[in-house]
Amino acid sequence: MTDANWIDAALTAARPQAVGALLRYFRNLDVAEEAFQEACVKALKNWTKNGPPRDPTAWLIFVGRNSAIDVVRRQAKQQPLPPEEVLSDLEDNETAIAEKIDGADYRDDILRLLFICCHPDLPATQQIPLALRIVSGLSVKQIAKAFLVSESAMEQRITRAKSRIGTGGIPFETPDPIERAERLAAVAAMVYLIFNEGYSAAASEQAVRSPLSDEAIRLIRLLLRMYPTEPEIMGLAALLLLQSSRSAARFDAEGEVVLLENQDRKLWNREMINEGLALIDKAMRHRQPGPYQIQSAIAALHARAATAEDTDWSEIDLLYGALERMTPSPVITLNRAVAVAKVRGPAAALTLIEPLEERLSGYFHYFGVKGGLLMKIGRNGEAREAFNRAIALANTAAEAAHIRMHLDSLSKE
Amino acid sequence: MLYAILCYNSEDVVGAWSKEEDDAVMERLAVVQEKLTKQGRLGPVARLLPTTAATTLRKSGSEPIIIDGPFAETKEQFLGFYVVDCASLDEALDIAKELSIANPGTGSYEIRPISIFRPGQTKT
Repeated sequence: MTDANWIDAALTAARPQAVGALLRYFRNLDVAEEAFQEACVKALKNWTKNGPPRDPTAWLIFVGRNSAIDVVRRQAKQQPLPPEEVLSDLEDNETAIAEKIDGADYRDDILRLLFICCHPDLPATQQIPLALRIVSGLSVKQIAKAFLVSESAMEQRITRAKSRIGTGGIPFETPDPIERAERLAAVAAMVYLIFNEGYSAAASEQAVRSPLSDEAIRLIRLLLRMYPTEPEIMGLAALLLLQSSRSAARFDAEGEVVLLENQDRKLWNREMINEGLALIDKAMRHRQPGPYQIQSAIAALHARAATAEDTDWSEIDLLYGALERMTPSPVITLNRAVAVAKVRGPAAALTLIEPLEERLSGYFHYFGVKGGLLMKIGRNGEAREAFNRAIALANTAAEAAHIRMHLDSLSKE
Repeated sequence: MLYAILCYNSEDVVGAWSKEEDDAVMERLAVVQEKLTKQGRLGPVARLLPTTAATTLRKSGSEPIIIDGPFAETKEQFLGFYVVDCASLDEALDIAKELSIANPGTGSYEIRPISIFRPGQTKT
């Protein structure tokens, strides 16, 4: 690997910690970001010449802090600095910083940085771009591309998000254990949203949107390193890895969705599967089940099945049952119905989902599943009706095309 | 004389490599490995999954303590390794427990799943 590549990777890896620490120090997101940017520019010059420092993150925090102090002093003419005692007590000494790197301070820094992106006032459409910009350091151009909007529109969205948070919205006090657990849960949910932004994209959008899924995996790994004993974080990491492992098999050459049971399992990424399974194994030892762990256990049963026929559907049925009790939702019941259809037949599954119709009347997958079950028990007229409603509710052309395939096979009979 | 070469690097940095960069590094390493294989000088080669997938069994007076992740104590050095085939983490922990009974006292065993494994063969 060339120096430039190494430096690039080191800067990317250091970013969340460094920006988090700079934010704690300066208490201003823009100043923290600029300070980090400035430190990166200096790193490019200095590291190429003198070789990498022993601790790149500590170096960046130290250099970034010093260069931003000048900026802050200049700005101080317009606005007063926070009083000295609320500024953090970072020493003017690289070793002291390096020693604190593994400390709880830094964990809280990164968590705070992620947490301000899930500010309750921000809609998801702003949370995700903000996290990608501030925490991951993607350029506005890259983010705009992934969200299929213009660069200026994205710039505006991020600026608006930042001003909505303001400085008042950033929680600087050290969180107590309950507060920390709540922040961690909010951040985990946001990471899952980022993942789905990339993962749910159609084949034609994969090239620009799949980096979002990769970024989510990088963020969950970061959380996992910070909180290595949290079974739900292990569960979410496993879930993302296991879902992502199927990426290469999810679309055919024409860009049509290939359903799980028809996927070529040789295309699944074994390394990701192994890592996911290892994390589930670790999580299970804690005997503290949670929704992410259960979802990842379901994904694991698919990953472990050599062929679609080998899938342990009765275990999947049980796991969905547990998930339903933990977080009741008609969508989970609908998913469980797919497993029930395999274990107890389509009629039993239909009985399970019919009471959901009112609540899922606007949900594409409900009518897709319902149509499929009706078709299997020969109620073709009703099946056609359900499929037509599904097409009307389809979110993407690929979804509609998939349902049309069923309608075609019905009209052939 | 057989030598073990243990690889140390920053996981954060390696984790920030793109897939292309990672593939390129692995390809260059494969060239070196191929050469050594032809000379009959390459034994087992393994790449481990990230430390986040690790579990540590720490020896203690009575019942060993099981910790998530690697053991952070740097006063101990990497002294050797086993490659064992297990169906689950629990099986691997059972083996580590047996080892800790056979070799009691201080120290710990880190259980890290292997992501790439090439058994290889040396002339000696």
